[in-house]
Amino acid sequence: MSDLLIELFSEEIPARMQARAAQDLQKLVTNGLVEAGLTYASAAAFSTPRRLALTVEGMLDASPAVVEERKGPKADAPEKAIEGFLRGAGLTRDQLEERDTPKGKILFAKINKPGRPAAEIVAEVLETTIRNFPWPKSMRWGSGSLKWVRPLHSIVCILTGEDGAEIVPMEIDGIQSGDITYGHRFLAPDVIKVTGFEDYEAKLARAKVVLRADARAETILNDANNLAFASGMEVVEDAGLLAEVAGLVEWPVVLMGNIADDFLGLPPEVLQTSMKEHQKFFSVRNPKTGRIERFITVANRTTADEGATILAGNEKVLSARLADAKFFWENDLRVATSKDGMATWVKALENVTFHNKLGTQAELIERMAVLAGELAPMVGAKKEEAMEAARVAKADLSSEMVYEFPELQGLMGRYYASAAGMSDAIAAAAQEHYAPLGPSDDVPTAPVSVAVALAEKIDKLTGFWAIDEKPTGSKDPFALRRAALGVIRILVENELVFSFSAVVHTSYAKIINSVVNTIAVFKEHKIGSGDTAYETYSLVGGLDELDGGLVDEILFTEFKGRQEGVGHHEGTWVGDDKATLRQLDSVEKIKADLLSFLHDRLKVYLKDQGIRHDIIDACIAMEGNDDLTLLVKRARALSETLKTDDGENLIQGFKRANNILTQAEEADGVEYSYGADVKFAETDEERALFKALDDAEAVITPAMEKQDFTTAMSAMADLRGPVDAFFDAVQVNSDNPTVRRNRLNLLSRIRSICSSVADLTLITG
Amino acid sequence: MSQTPTKPRSFQSIILALQNYWAAQGCAMLQPYDMEVGAGTFHPATTLRSLGTQPWAAAYVQPSRRPTDGRYGENPNRLQHYYQYQVLIKPSPPNLQELYLGSLAAIGIEMELHDIRFVEDDWESPTLGAWGLGWEVWCDGMEVSQFTYFQQVGGQDCHPVSGELTYGLERLAMYVLGVDHVMDMPFNDPDALIPLTYRDVFKQTEEEYARWNFDTANTEVLLRQFEEAEAHCKMILEQPHLDPKTGKRIIMVHPAYDQCIKASHIFNLLDARGVISVTERQAYIGRVRSLSKLCADAFVQTDAGGWSEDAA
Repeated sequence: MSDLLIELFSEEIPARMQARAAQDLQKLVTNGLVEAGLTYASAAAFSTPRRLALTVEGMLDASPAVVEERKGPKADAPEKAIEGFLRGAGLTRDQLEERDTPKGKILFAKINKPGRPAAEIVAEVLETTIRNFPWPKSMRWGSGSLKWVRPLHSIVCILTGEDGAEIVPMEIDGIQSGDITYGHRFLAPDVIKVTGFEDYEAKLARAKVVLRADARAETILNDANNLAFASGMEVVEDAGLLAEVAGLVEWPVVLMGNIADDFLGLPPEVLQTSMKEHQKFFSVRNPKTGRIERFITVANRTTADEGATILAGNEKVLSARLADAKFFWENDLRVATSKDGMATWVKALENVTFHNKLGTQAELIERMAVLAGELAPMVGAKKEEAMEAARVAKADLSSEMVYEFPELQGLMGRYYASAAGMSDAIAAAAQEHYAPLGPSDDVPTAPVSVAVALAEKIDKLTGFWAIDEKPTGSKDPFALRRAALGVIRILVENELVFSFSAVVHTSYAKIINSVVNTIAVFKEHKIGSGDTAYETYSLVGGLDELDGGLVDEILFTEFKGRQEGVGHHEGTWVGDDKATLRQLDSVEKIKADLLSFLHDRLKVYLKDQGIRHDIIDACIAMEGNDDLTLLVKRARALSETLKTDDGENLIQGFKRANNILTQAEEADGVEYSYGADVKFAETDEERALFKALDDAEAVITPAMEKQDFTTAMSAMADLRGPVDAFFDAVQVNSDNPTVRRNRLNLLSRIRSICSSVADLTLITG
Repeated sequence: MSQTPTKPRSFQSIILALQNYWAAQGCAMLQPYDMEVGAGTFHPATTLRSLGTQPWAAAYVQPSRRPTDGRYGENPNRLQHYYQYQVLIKPSPPNLQELYLGSLAAIGIEMELHDIRFVEDDWESPTLGAWGLGWEVWCDGMEVSQFTYFQQVGGQDCHPVSGELTYGLERLAMYVLGVDHVMDMPFNDPDALIPLTYRDVFKQTEEEYARWNFDTANTEVLLRQFEEAEAHCKMILEQPHLDPKTGKRIIMVHPAYDQCIKASHIFNLLDARGVISVTERQAYIGRVRSLSKLCADAFVQTDAGGWSEDAA
């Protein structure tokens, strides 16, 4: 047994790639070793900014010898075929064995594969690993052709056994493997000779390199907490930043600095974002004031002045950065509180494209405002307030702060809207209308926020559906699945009851206008009454009917314009626009498609809550399925009912009734749907079922009118006893045709009563 | 590298220290390119010379213009005209990082007191059709240089690979000299007979250009000039390689590339004037990129680009 140590020493590896690279190194090398027959006891990989390292312990000294049996041609095969087989196996004819098989005498070869020494295998595996390493991005350097994340400088590759360490000789693009590495770039740059992993890690530590990323992170976290604590402060936790910073240093030294008083008035999120994004600083909060008052930076070295110069430099850089942020903040506040206020920013969004077929951000905002206005009464918001909130919600995209820090969008809008004296509801909507951003993100609950959040998402869905940019497979560049889930969660979690399709209809009318407006032809030539013509067409059912007529007329006019040198557009855009117009589906198709997309997302959403697919399908099959809140209520009630013994068994009874009925209807060519009369009942069970159905109907019908699914379904489940008793005691197909017809009509009552709550035929099992 | 650097006292002494240092490393000390460019990379000594197989080592100061960054000389760090120091070595030597660190020492940064870091920053120039991998170099949290291994320029793979170092001179000098506002920085020695600050030299021009860039430049003229430069560049490269007058093979890459640079700068001006929409922006960048690709394709057909009669 021996131990293997590998180190790949390079110029600085991007922090975000290090952990993954260490894993890949371990996986690729150990897989290669095992595949070649070298098993091992344990392995571990490490990374620092300048090195990847791998230790493999308890590895075989050589791969075991194996005998491989190969089946050849028939013994009487043509000479050529046998010769070929011999060549492949590296044997002579007398070394082959003939075996009788059901197919006749067949030649077999036994090839002895001797074991190979570990060093040979390691060298091969390492070379293959280096040449095929899955870096997210790799590069060449100098005159070589080898690719690595940054120039690779040296390779340690040693096997350590009982007799000591031995270099595994290998060479890749002029880099010879060896047993030497280097310490910290500035603190201990000298050559280090290593004999095994323990020696390697210990010597690196002496040369100011902490090999383990988690140890570096721990040092940073502890030292940062201690420094902050000593001044009565606390570090704002940030696991992502911690991992990144641990990948930027080999010898972490934590320093705490001050934020100049000038900047303490900035919103804490601005301070935090600026420090993190630009400088990789941790924020330090004063629990007494609740403000961010200091920062933690992590240097890669110790210095004679104990970091004083480094800290002074960092403070200076931070001041310059924050001066910028403060400048943006003050400028933005000036705009927000000016006479025209945030409208100035919305105006500027007239020049910012949202999507080249869906128009500008300003158009988007106007569409959102109209939609939010429509939605307002349904979600309990005031129409005017919802519309104003929608108009303000994205204004901050023009602000200087959001231009600099896009991740602060929404939040800045909230600050600026408050500063502009708008209502708290409007300010909150600026921030909350983006929500929910993920499955675990909170959904907005304030009515104005809800209206704007829904408007934003429904406009997005309708728009991208209208121009046929739906998500396919793993591709969803416009995050439409997230938007759909957002709509679902906002509706369902707020228990909002309204028709999704009706809202899509309203949205579509606005979208079509934007799509048409993006087509340059309209802007330049204003065919006929322009927008109005299209608005009319779009509202009556999409642009399908324009195919032959207006579209070609537009294109012809444009063509003429180009011939006369009016248009200055290049390339094939005429064709593209034609396609754009023709791609527009009719509003009915889009409503149906979108609804089914939402239903698919809903299935995923409900499945996570333990509601089965078939239950959802049974509910989707019912009328009013574009009211998602009702749909979910129905599905939940059905799911609960089916969990009860009665519910589960009733389904069986229902299916039995339905099967008998369907068969009889097919055989007789009539539909049994009406006229069951208790006077033809022959047994008590039959009469009991009549009574039970009457009772159930008396409860279910009003309950369904009130959309009280729980009551309706519980009444339905109560049918289980009478239905079961009926089937136990009664033969439906009686010889008496009157009795038979009456019983079939009775079954039909079971079917229709049960079917009024959900399409139970879709329930499986 | 042997003499102990004296603490620099002015902007120009830092430039001179860099010049001396890189001259001592064997780089050819070139002069700025005589056209308006957005960055030192546009100098043909970088763009074109990074192509082909011929070795190369050059360093130079390049005045650079970014019209949108103009702040009338009032912002402590932003200028529409500033200086870059550029080093290009092909093939990139194995000790380029050490050479670079040596240059920091040479301009008076006490290496044992500062925290120097190489932080991932991939470089891409959509207008040049170029990209490379490397870092921004941090000194105590401040970006002082850009360090890039060129992988592609003008759409061509770089073989061998050039190592490119770019120093933002004003920012670096402000840091070394401890100046907070660029206009306060001593341009020559403060004890000189006539001491000049950056303000004395550039405040007025920053104001003049900011006004011109943002409000006055005639966009119709610029749009026309862009089209002309584009057409000109293509026309030059469409000429037959054989010059009918001299009978020599002369491909006019540099004249064509001048037109490409011109188009690029005009685009920047149009951008500053705010007349280019987001969508058009991409189209303009694409047009400049196709020019730089044409130039790159042509350059590798020339002697300096490693072309040889036998290979052809």
